[in-house]
Amino acid sequence: MDIKVNVRESEGDAYVVDLTGEIDVYTSPKVKDAITELIDQEHYNLVINLEKVRYIDSTGLGVLIGGLKRVREHGGSVNLVCTNPQIKKIFDITGLVKIFGIFDDEQSAMKALV
Amino acid sequence: MNPALLDVSSHGTVELKIPGRAEWVAVARLAVAAVASRLRFSVDEVEDIKHAIAEACTNSIQSAGGEDSGTIEIVCDALDDELRVHVRDGSSAPKLESVKPSGLDEGRTEELGVFLIRALMDSVEYTNDPRRGTELAMTKRVTA
Repeated sequence: MDIKVNVRESEGDAYVVDLTGEIDVYTSPKVKDAITELIDQEHYNLVINLEKVRYIDSTGLGVLIGGLKRVREHGGSVNLVCTNPQIKKIFDITGLVKIFGIFDDEQSAMKALV
Repeated sequence: MNPALLDVSSHGTVELKIPGRAEWVAVARLAVAAVASRLRFSVDEVEDIKHAIAEACTNSIQSAGGEDSGTIEIVCDALDDELRVHVRDGSSAPKLESVKPSGLDEGRTEELGVFLIRALMDSVEYTNDPRRGTELAMTKRVTA
């Protein structure tokens, strides 16, 4: 089990983090490192693409929440791209659908950042 | 072929012990999913079970401060219409009773995990014996 993390610059100051694989207690530090590095470089508008993520646990959710809290301190935002019903269900159960902007495609997630 | 030979019962107990380290949680998740697939659970229900067991193992590891938490023992009892899973370790996990949806704090991921276990399984019981450690007993019933 592994997670692949790809970071790319998008429109304006926004960055996209593409994740592929499974985010759990073992792999979530890698995701956290990528998000932390972007925030440390003062990039506060992020889209995290979960389209190719098959599984996310509470530690993965914690990493996303931590990232959101940090960017909000600087007036930024984190939007998610997610269509996997099982993952959407986890966001729904935990009430995180009210905290994150969750979109079906990257374009919509990017547009909603501004 | 004798038709009786095809009447394979789903009843059975499967025991698994994994090292209490992060890299082993996926093994527990997949093994329990394989057991759950023997019953008449839907794909979504199997996913719920996988998730709950992974959260229970993660909770054990986090209770040990992210260090090696020894051995985590997972026992699956497959019955006709339900799967009972016991996850045991030597640590003391957060009390389930203290976790409620409205009380979720964004930064408290251990509680988020416990909350998910409660939401995904039909019944969850927590016991802590100073001699035997912590046990989380979870049941998922077949709905179809």
